[in-house]
Amino acid sequence: MNIFKIIDEIQEVDGDAVERLQHATRRSFMTKFSRSMAAAAVPVAMGTIFNKAYAFTPGAIDVLKFALTLEYLEDEFYKMGNAAPGLIPDKYKAVFMQIGKHETQHVNFLKGALGTAAPAKPDFDFTAKGTFANPFGDFDMFVFLSHAFEDTGVRAYKGQAGNLMAKEDEPLLDYALQIHSVEARHAAKSRDILSTIRGIDRIKPWITLDEGSPRPVYEGDNNTIQGGVDITGIAGKSLDAVTEAFDEPLTKDQVLAIAKLFIR
Amino acid sequence: MSKTTKRLSLTNGSEENPIVDVVNRRFFLRSAGLAAATGAFVMQSCIKDHDLAPGGGVAVNLGTGDIGILNYAYALEQLEAAFYTQVIATPYTGMNDKERRLLTDIRDHEIIHREFFKAAIGAAAIKGLTPNFTSIDFSSRDIVLQTAKIFEDTGVSAYNGAGILLENPTFLLLAGKIVSVEARHAAIIRDFLRPNDPFFAGDDIIDGNGLGLLKRPSEVLPAVAPFIYDNIDASGLPKP
Repeated sequence: MNIFKIIDEIQEVDGDAVERLQHATRRSFMTKFSRSMAAAAVPVAMGTIFNKAYAFTPGAIDVLKFALTLEYLEDEFYKMGNAAPGLIPDKYKAVFMQIGKHETQHVNFLKGALGTAAPAKPDFDFTAKGTFANPFGDFDMFVFLSHAFEDTGVRAYKGQAGNLMAKEDEPLLDYALQIHSVEARHAAKSRDILSTIRGIDRIKPWITLDEGSPRPVYEGDNNTIQGGVDITGIAGKSLDAVTEAFDEPLTKDQVLAIAKLFIR
Repeated sequence: MSKTTKRLSLTNGSEENPIVDVVNRRFFLRSAGLAAATGAFVMQSCIKDHDLAPGGGVAVNLGTGDIGILNYAYALEQLEAAFYTQVIATPYTGMNDKERRLLTDIRDHEIIHREFFKAAIGAAAIKGLTPNFTSIDFSSRDIVLQTAKIFEDTGVSAYNGAGILLENPTFLLLAGKIVSVEARHAAIIRDFLRPNDPFFAGDDIIDGNGLGLLKRPSEVLPAVAPFIYDNIDASGLPKP
């Protein structure tokens, strides 16, 4: 990670950023960003400085906490899956290692941004109280949960973008969109593997209509009203294609209802 | 097949592709209505490159404010839609069933995005752009997929970087609804290139914090300029 690149980017957004950073936190900046600092700790210190130098809106802080909860869930899920002997076939190991790596990075980044305001990791139960009998012994079930978590993540970040539109939250909107697009890449590949192992072409990298399970994850994804206009039949394309072309958001409450199934 | 021919391989009636309608109308109607009578067809040598020389026309001004950003997205979607229309019209050697199925889906998504923006922007929409695909050998799987990767990754980074430039929350949400679909496209295209490899969400486009690539218009437009004959004037776009 290049800390100076990040500061440069902030500077592009906010011409006063470096001055404000230095003014607000000169002392901690000099100590925390010493050469000896481990790369893994950079996001933490960065986040602390953010909190001091920028007055993020309370709404934005709530978004970060919400996002961290989801990332905790995904991170632990892949940590357990990647560590489970015999679960993931060799040909797919690299895929889930890569996804897991990103989820860990997201957790660290968000924890860093929140500093002391970061919530603790919940105690997860990936069987959802027995609904999913053996998520870390049955590869089909593991991939099934993976695709559901990733699609939930995509819809969750999308639903929060509008809460990051205040000028002072601009860096957070950038970061949220960047994470959002990574979750979408994960979702596509996870869905592709699910399609392959189940032999179902109808499961595609994108979401068709509101097809999928668990139901609450895909509820409302068949929306055809875009920008206030019903685009059914646009360009003579099928309803499948029209709904695939737009991913729909979930509200925070909808997402938390899904996440709670997996929290003890 | 000459490069000129490849660039101008059009689908019949070009309802798939208003982007090339301009070219179609301008040149093909000279050929006595064949367009209406044939299926997919390939333009032959009736078109000269100098007719569409880069920089030869009036610059296309994207406009200002949110409309400018929407036109920016519309321009990128036009490019993608034209590209995949060509990919499906003249499939590369060795395209398998899965690739054909998913690339056809992607073509349809991009056409839907293009037509959506065109309708949403209305009278303020830029014209249909003229793509320049002369450098692309559409018969080569590797070249087509590498180019698709560039278009998709660029599209994702462009939408990511456009978020803070939008004022209207409805437009931000719309951009969010589209960018994740582009990211899904990018992932599967990358997976076609390197199956079951970390490349679908590769370290070349995702940094050490797990953040995907983000680019502002000033970085994106020069990257796509070689694929568009028209000059794009982005001077009115909001600045970060």
